[in-house]
Amino acid sequence: MAELSGQRGRPFSVRRQTGFTTIAVVCFVALYAPIITLVVYSFNSSVSIASWEGFSWRWYVAAWQNDQVQQASIRSVVIASFAAVIATTLATMAALGTTRTRPYRGLTAIYAMINQPLMVPEIVSAVALLIFFAMVKVATGYTGLGYLIAAHTAFCIPFAYLPIRARLESMDLTLEIAAADLYATPWNAFRRVTLPLLWPGILAGAMLAFVISLDDVVITEFVKSAGQDTLPTYMLGQLRRAVTPEMNAISTVFLAISVALVTVFFFLSRRRK
Amino acid sequence: MVAPDASADDRPRSAAAAIAAERPAGSQRALVEEARRREIRNKRLLATPALIVLFLAASGPLLIVLVYSFLTAGPYGGVVWEFSTEGWFKVLFQRDIFDDTLSLADAHLSILWRSIQLSFMTTLLTFFFGFPTAYFIATRPPKYRELWLFLITIPFWTNLLIRTFAIMEVIRAEGLINQLLLGLGIVEKPVQMLYTDFAILVGMTYVYLPLMVLPLYASMEKLDFRLVEAAYDLYATRFQALRRVIVPLVKPGIIAGSILVFIPSLGAYVTPRVLGGGKKMMLGNLIELQFGQGRNWPLGAALSITLLVIVMVALIAYVRTSAKPSAGHG
Repeated sequence: MAELSGQRGRPFSVRRQTGFTTIAVVCFVALYAPIITLVVYSFNSSVSIASWEGFSWRWYVAAWQNDQVQQASIRSVVIASFAAVIATTLATMAALGTTRTRPYRGLTAIYAMINQPLMVPEIVSAVALLIFFAMVKVATGYTGLGYLIAAHTAFCIPFAYLPIRARLESMDLTLEIAAADLYATPWNAFRRVTLPLLWPGILAGAMLAFVISLDDVVITEFVKSAGQDTLPTYMLGQLRRAVTPEMNAISTVFLAISVALVTVFFFLSRRRK
Repeated sequence: MVAPDASADDRPRSAAAAIAAERPAGSQRALVEEARRREIRNKRLLATPALIVLFLAASGPLLIVLVYSFLTAGPYGGVVWEFSTEGWFKVLFQRDIFDDTLSLADAHLSILWRSIQLSFMTTLLTFFFGFPTAYFIATRPPKYRELWLFLITIPFWTNLLIRTFAIMEVIRAEGLINQLLLGLGIVEKPVQMLYTDFAILVGMTYVYLPLMVLPLYASMEKLDFRLVEAAYDLYATRFQALRRVIVPLVKPGIIAGSILVFIPSLGAYVTPRVLGGGKKMMLGNLIELQFGQGRNWPLGAALSITLLVIVMVALIAYVRTSAKPSAGHG
């Protein structure tokens, strides 16, 4: 790139803009300061979140021993696991069906359908599912976790689809054609050639789907039946009452898990280059 | 665009077509056609399971919302299956309980107006902070860019509720900001920031900032600084170079970022609920109210469709404007 400094002794950068660095620094500080405060106060031994009274693990212990938190966490992980696995499988198939081909009739409609959960405001989807599942509940009498898993699977599909599709588009068909030339059946060519190459994309997609499902508040809040709180909806309920540092402790653990998953995702999707 | 032309093909595109292409020349064309048709059928079949799930648990239910908006509200929530336009009527008007006179539904309209205002201001604020930040990242040495970008992405992938909670703790009466202001002697008693429009605005700006930075960065990364240099050669001031050269060049990123922030802001539910404390509502909370205490499902459905239509109009306008420059450009 054309980096230019002017005359000697008076460096002039075409890239500099007055005040931009300051605002950028303010931005980064503002992005992280609230999160760091939240984490620090999770170690506060005081009952009130207002004043610092010394380091303690007591709120982590309290959260760990809280039955509701335990059950909500397990429920969150169960739903996210099912949703991530199903959504990733479906998204992989859909990605195979929509890439490395000439445009065919209906392809645009398929894209629109897959991306639809990203475009419709979550509150509208939530209301739609509330109405639809209420009808299904009356008709079938089933009130289990299936509704939440179905809803989560649907909105996880586009998130799983994106990295898989990106990976597929960076792979050409040479190797598959070579496999076919060597008399591999289509299934064998897929299993021995396409799948191993696609694997990082699939893992990245699954991870993204898992995080997205784990984080969901709005759709879960509307779809859940009584006693089906996930960790985020449990926390949303608690925020209405007086908040103790237990919330900070739960949030900190939650944050740590999300950040870990996102970091893995970051490296997985970077390695493809 | 749709029907593939076999004779114009330069080389086989798929394994099946490759096998077919090795057959004797007479039947070749027909075989290629057949292989291609089979391939497309298989491709469609592969996409079908995902589409079925999406139809059942995402798109299909939206149609039911549309139907519900034209039904009569049930006395204890739900609906009575009788056609009625009352739900849509109530989006804009209210009927006086005593003398049946009509007036504009101030409550609904003011919430709708507040939602639009807050979303607009959120977009402006994220732009004000996001533009310099994206520019800062794009002008770092290439090997550090990804790290800076990663720092922006992390908060984006962490739970929205937790980030909102973090903001709540910072701006509450006993929070960090008030302690700071009290400590410095700027104020004498804590400033009430929580449960105000200001709180919602701060929260949404905080939560949606990465959505502005990421597309802006994508545009700026491709920025050709030789053009900026040319501007300086022509005696442009820094501000002129910014306004006349940089901003027009990254316009696609500005539009994309604004759309990406405006749309979720308009439908925001969690942030106004936590930071507005149920007093300061936005459209998302008004919709929820109709399915909870309000017990007016048709009105809730009509409000949902209203929100959906606004969002779709914004998206279509975006696709139109962003498609134009690339169409004529080589």
